[in-house]
Amino acid sequence: MKYFKYLIIIFFIMSSINLRAESSDLSYKITKNLRCLICQGQSVYDSDSEFAISLKLVVDEKLNEGLSEIEIYDFLKDKYGQWILYDPGLNKSTYLLWLLPLLLFLIGGAIIFKKFIIRKN
Amino acid sequence: MKNKFSILLIVFFTFIFIIFYKGLNNSNIYVPNTQVEKDVPDLKIKIFKSQSEIDLKSLFKENEFYLLNIWSSWCGPCREEHPLLMSLKNEKNIKIIGLNYKDNEKNAENFLIELGNPYYEILEDSNGSKSIELGAYGVPESFLVHQNKIIRKYIGPLNQNLFTEIKNLIK
Repeated sequence: MKYFKYLIIIFFIMSSINLRAESSDLSYKITKNLRCLICQGQSVYDSDSEFAISLKLVVDEKLNEGLSEIEIYDFLKDKYGQWILYDPGLNKSTYLLWLLPLLLFLIGGAIIFKKFIIRKN
Repeated sequence: MKNKFSILLIVFFTFIFIIFYKGLNNSNIYVPNTQVEKDVPDLKIKIFKSQSEIDLKSLFKENEFYLLNIWSSWCGPCREEHPLLMSLKNEKNIKIIGLNYKDNEKNAENFLIELGNPYYEILEDSNGSKSIELGAYGVPESFLVHQNKIIRKYIGPLNQNLFTEIKNLIK
């Protein structure tokens, strides 16, 4: 029974450590997806400019406040525009970017279907 | 049927070609949007050389113009634009609010003693997070605020042209 108590304590300590690791993983993931606006071709995560250092702080702050990843992206999009995200969302100016590959895939599929499968029959 | 299909294909690829060709001519240099119309964010910012914090919105009165200027003693271009801020201080319709960015208090004070203090109120952003919340890129940067809205962003030092633009806007 005594050992069981210790086990529970250890379990709680371990789980709290886990939580911390998770949040820093998320902050890593978010800052990797943010473009450092004043650098050339670097993400916020990779950059050590004043802008990037502050932005990393803000991302950590927002995570501590309990904001989700998407809420943080929305917050920064509102401040700096779509350009800050490496992974652009679907909207008026990007729908072609998203739909074109799909369309090309469908047309390619149609060509193959016509050429080979219908001919066989 | 086959003819129709190839015509469709040609039309489709021409369409794609035109899009990409137009895309080639677009400038790929990123230009931030400077003509914004955004509400001043809800922020509590520390007052320079004091322990108390102030609500940023409470600084801006509805009908007046404010220039929120982000500056630092270690920033060269800030030194360049400082004379313009000093002459803007003499304009009736505008108040300049300074946001001291990642600076040492002593150095900031010496900077103002040396070049003059154009600020109506000075706030302090020791880790740069407040500037990010304001949507700033770095130092120096100025926001023109009117009716609790940021109406213009000036990224980089102010120059004579921008100075006249501000003067015309606040008339």
